[in-house]
Order: sequence, then C-alpha cells, then structure tokens
Amino acid sequence: MKRICLLVAAATLVAAPAFAEDDTITIGMTESQTGALNVDSLSQQRGAEMWRDEVNAAGGIKAGGKSYKVKFVTYDDQSVGGRVQQLYTRLIVQDKADFLFSPYSSGLNAPAAVISEQYGKIMLDTGGAEAKPFELGNKYLFQVLSKADDYLAGAVEALPLKSPHAKIAVVYSDDPFSKAVLAVAKERAKKAGLEIVMDESYAPSTTDFGPIVNKIVSSNADAFLGGGHYPDGATLARQMYDQKANLKWVSILVAPDDEKFGQLGPAALGISVPSQWEIQVSYKPQFGPTTPEFAKAFQAKYNAQADYHSATGYTGGALLQHAIEQAGSIDPEKVTAALNAMDVTTFFGHVKFATDPAHHGLQIAHAMVLAQWQMVNGKLGRQVVWPDAAKSADLLYPIPPATQ
Amino acid sequence: MLGILASIIDGVLVGLVYGLAAMGLTLIWGVMDVINLTHGAMIVAGMFALYLLTSALGLPPYLALPPVLIGGFLVGVALYWLAVHRMIGRPPLMSLLSTFAVNLVLIGIGTGIWGTVLFNVAVSVPGVSIGRYTFPGAHILAAVLAAVIAASLYLFLHRTRLGKALRAVANNREAAELVGIPTTRLLAIAFGCGVALAGVSGTLIGTLFPFTVLSGDAYQLKSFVVTVLGGFGNPVGALIGGVALGLLEGLVTPFVPVSWTLVIEFVLFVLVLIAFPGGVFTSRPSFRGLMRGFRRGAG
Repeated sequence: MKRICLLVAAATLVAAPAFAEDDTITIGMTESQTGALNVDSLSQQRGAEMWRDEVNAAGGIKAGGKSYKVKFVTYDDQSVGGRVQQLYTRLIVQDKADFLFSPYSSGLNAPAAVISEQYGKIMLDTGGAEAKPFELGNKYLFQVLSKADDYLAGAVEALPLKSPHAKIAVVYSDDPFSKAVLAVAKERAKKAGLEIVMDESYAPSTTDFGPIVNKIVSSNADAFLGGGHYPDGATLARQMYDQKANLKWVSILVAPDDEKFGQLGPAALGISVPSQWEIQVSYKPQFGPTTPEFAKAFQAKYNAQADYHSATGYTGGALLQHAIEQAGSIDPEKVTAALNAMDVTTFFGHVKFATDPAHHGLQIAHAMVLAQWQMVNGKLGRQVVWPDAAKSADLLYPIPPATQ
Repeated sequence: MLGILASIIDGVLVGLVYGLAAMGLTLIWGVMDVINLTHGAMIVAGMFALYLLTSALGLPPYLALPPVLIGGFLVGVALYWLAVHRMIGRPPLMSLLSTFAVNLVLIGIGTGIWGTVLFNVAVSVPGVSIGRYTFPGAHILAAVLAAVIAASLYLFLHRTRLGKALRAVANNREAAELVGIPTTRLLAIAFGCGVALAGVSGTLIGTLFPFTVLSGDAYQLKSFVVTVLGGFGNPVGALIGGVALGLLEGLVTPFVPVSWTLVIEFVLFVLVLIAFPGGVFTSRPSFRGLMRGFRRGAG
C-alpha cells in the first residue's frame, strides 16, 4: 500500500507541471502600479487583462489542435526605466514567459526591447509610440499603436483649413516621446505654411507655467501645439485659461485624453488631443469585438470608460492570439512570420507592421484621430473632429475666449 | 517690457506661497534639527484635503484653510510621537530615514487610493488684467493669504508665551528645561506647526494648479532651495527666499529658453551654499536676534 502511495505521489509530481506547461501560454509584462505613469499604465493593463479573461472563458487560444490558456506574470516597474531591464530579464529567465507585452510609455519600452531582443522573445509594443527602437534592426518587436510622428499630423492638417497662416507657439515637455512628436510636427507645420513664433521645451517636473504663458502671450501666437504627459498638460491648459491667453487653437498631448481632464471645466473646452482610438470610431473588425461591444464590456468590468490605452492593451493580446492561430503553433519563429504577414482591421483600426530591416516592426497602417473637448447637451466630453471620415462633431474653432 | 513685468509679478505672487511652504520645513529644522522628509507628503495632504472638503462637503475653497490648519497641526503632533520623538538627539540621518519612510508609506497609501490621476479644484476669483496679461484672482488671493499666515507665525513666535518658549527651546534646549519649559511637549507643538504650514501651503497651491498624489516632490525640492536661500532654521528668511525664487523664475523666463530656468535655479543654489553657508538672508539686521537664536538651535 505504501509503495502504491509513493508511486501515485511521484506520478502526480511529474505529470502535473508537464500538463500545465503544455497547455498554458505565459505572457510577461511590467506595469506601472506606482509612480507617475500609473494612470495610463493601469488602463493599458486592464485592456490586456480583459482580453486574457475573454480568451480563457472561451477555452483558450486554439492552435495546432491544442487549446492554450493564457497566464500573465506582471511586476511593478514603478514608472522607472531603470527597473525595466532587470524585470524583463526575470520574466524571461525565471518566469519562462513565452511572449511579452511592453511596459507603458516610450521611455520604458526602449530599455525593455533591448532585453526581449537579446533573448529572441516576441514583444508586442502596446505602450510606446517612439519610432527609434524600430530603427535598430530588432526582429521580434511589433508596434501596435501609431508612431510618435503621427500624433500631431491631424492638428497640422486641420489647422490651416481654419487659419492658413496661423502663428503657432510650440511648447513641450523635455522627454523622448514629446520631443519626437514635436520634431516632426514642426517640420510639417512649416511645410503647411504655418509660422512658428515660439519653440521651447520645459522640464517634465515643471509645476508653474505662469511665466511660460506670459511668454506665449508676448509671442502673439494664436495657436498652441505641445504638452507632454501628466500633470503638465492639464496645468498648462488651466493656466492658459486662467491667464486669458485666448488662443484660438490648442492641441495638447496625452493629458486631455483622460476623463479627469474634464474636471478643468471651462479650461478644457476646445482643447484638442491626438488620440489612437476613441469610443466614437467605427472600424469594421475582421475578428474580435466591435467598438461598442468593447466599450460596453470594459465599462461593465471596470466601471470606467475605455480609452485608447485600454484599447491598445486589448488589441496587443488580440493580435498575438490571431498570429498564434494563423501560425498554428506557439513556435516563436512561426508566430513572428505570422505577425510579419499580418494586415488586419480590428475595432482599434487597421494594423500592419513594417517588414523592411530598417524599420522592422514599426506600425505603418494604423491611423490616429483628433479629439476635442466640446460641450454636448450641457456636458463636457471628447468628440472626434478629424479626419472627416471618422468625425462625430464639427471642429470648434476658434476656442471661445476665457470668461473668468 | 510689459511681459517681463507681468512675469516678475507672477513670480512674486507664487513665490510667497513657496515661501510659506518652506517656512514649515525651516521651523522644524530650527527648533529640533530634524529635516522633515514628510514635508512633500504633507503638502499633498493639504491639496487633497482641499479637494475632499470642496467636492464632498461643498465648502468654498478658502474655507478649507482653517480645518487644514487644525488637522495639519494634529497630524503633525501625532507624527512627532510616531516617527520623530525617539530620533531627537540622535544622528540627523536617523530622523531623515524615519521621516522618509513615513513619506513613502503615505505616498504609497495615496497612490493606492487615488492612483496618480489628476485632481483639479476650480476657483472662481476675478483676476486683474494689465494690457494683454492677466493675473488670476486665485494667485493674488493665495499670495495675500500666504503673507497673512506668515505674519501670524511671526507674531506668534515673538508676541506669545508659547512662541517665546519655542524660540527658547530652539536657542538652547537645556537652558529652557532648566527654567521649567516642557521641551518635549514644545517639540511636538513645533512639529505640529511645521506640518500645519505645509498643509495650508498645499491647500493654497491646490487652488492655483491641478495636482496628483506625487506633486509633493516638486514642492519639497523648491522648499529646500528656498530654505537654503533664506537660511536654515529661519522662518522669515524662508518667506523672503520664496519671493526671491519666484522673482528669479519670473525674471529669467522671458530671456532664456524655459528649460534653462531649472539649471539657473540650481547653479544659484550651489553658489549660495558656497558663498553663504548660513543662507543669504541670515545677516539682515532687523531679524538678527531671531536668526542668531535659530542658528544656535540649528548648530
């Protein structure tokens, strides 16, 4: 009897892990549970978790006659780039992650990509828009969202239609993402015939924009392009309103894309923000949920409105799933080949990755929209105002002058 | 030209609030040789108290000041007994670590509850316009209130028995004990006052700018610069230091790219440390007595 018990125990020990490992895909990622990037990172993470839960509820990812359940391993990167490489190494070496999702923001994605590439692991970049990591010959890095170059393209195209010779003040945070966005936007603005009358960057830790707003007023600018992350963008918007800068056009990066931006009240009215995705867009998905289905499920699960960070988080998972299903295997080389060949439309929009070695993995098909804070039925909310094909409201121009 | 003037006025207005924040830090240092690293967290607590009192209770923003002042004092006294009392008289690193640990705990709890999402308290006070430049009413009112609170502290330290006892403890703790002053209780009161000042300055800053749980770091850093400028342990110097910092920010911005403002600020910080290790404003004759006392207390 004793011998039988020992045999059963030994068999369980050997068989159980093998069974679990065979049918489970481990996806590793860091998230910014603490620190300055916590809000956007949380949203991205929720999107990814919603995808995981839906896949597991449906029986897992089906490939090569097997069903793979999805398991996440996550760590808090504390919004600090220095933590990322150590944690991604741990995810690969210790936690044996099969695939990786990127951390949130360009600043954290770049160091993570160094590690994923070293170990030949596929990483879906769902949080970094900067194009530079895709110019380094990486083979396993794939960008889900539009690159930084595209962020203010809509603003620079739409503004001359309202004011062909607008004078622009360009004021932005001194961080990799904002610098990359504004460098391209300035070139495009000049080509579009717009005049840049002020061009400055500020430290991301800036708390008082009073002297900067006075400088904007002195420059005689009538339009503004810039900002960075939180909370500088919101502070800028409020101080431009409080100090009655009375600009006719204001486009600020990232900050106005959060629901809390509406707390600024009249200072938020008319502020536009480049967005990867809004709940008003209506792409026809080849697979996965439609925009209303995604938005409704997200609201029900988290009691919060879906934003573009949650949409990119979900889409990263959906694209990986599609690639595994197409490859019929979880073999990294086969899944990489499926991602290279991918040309699909989901609720997030059209997605295709560059395959030339100079830009491998860069997002080349996804289009951004320009959203603007407008008053609809007495309530402030974001409306898509550009491009025309996707718009849910007309552009509000000029922004009404401050009344306070 | 008008633009430069506007920037200078703006700088002075905000500088008064920075000065008030730094007064809390410098008061604690002056009395008990403790660098309070919960200072930033207490500024943030003042901001969130403003948010909760205005959004939950519907209180007008400026009526949040008295409860924050009282609440800040009580929290400060509790914090003293919890994290500082046992460190008094030990190497400065001990209290530095202990207050830093409390700071991390408080910021961690704050992030857990609110995340790092942005909060904004709308304040509707008519501003003053000169040409195309506008000075928001909230900035003017915050500067006036900061000056009033600072003056009240000055009067408290110089005209009341408790204030005089506090200065005596700062001057020479052993001598104060010999004449019957309960020094331990006074240290707790001084810590309470310091935290209350950090709290009200946070409340005033909350009326000017949107904030997050992590906003305290930036203002704590500014408080250090202001304190060094004004002289460690010198509340009046801190207020003047705050105005000087605001003035500098206002004066520099129109002439150089804004990204250079911080560089210039910290070059000045280092120069001041080298040239005036006791602070620029410690040798002003009218405040000599107070300075001498606090400096001896700090030594």
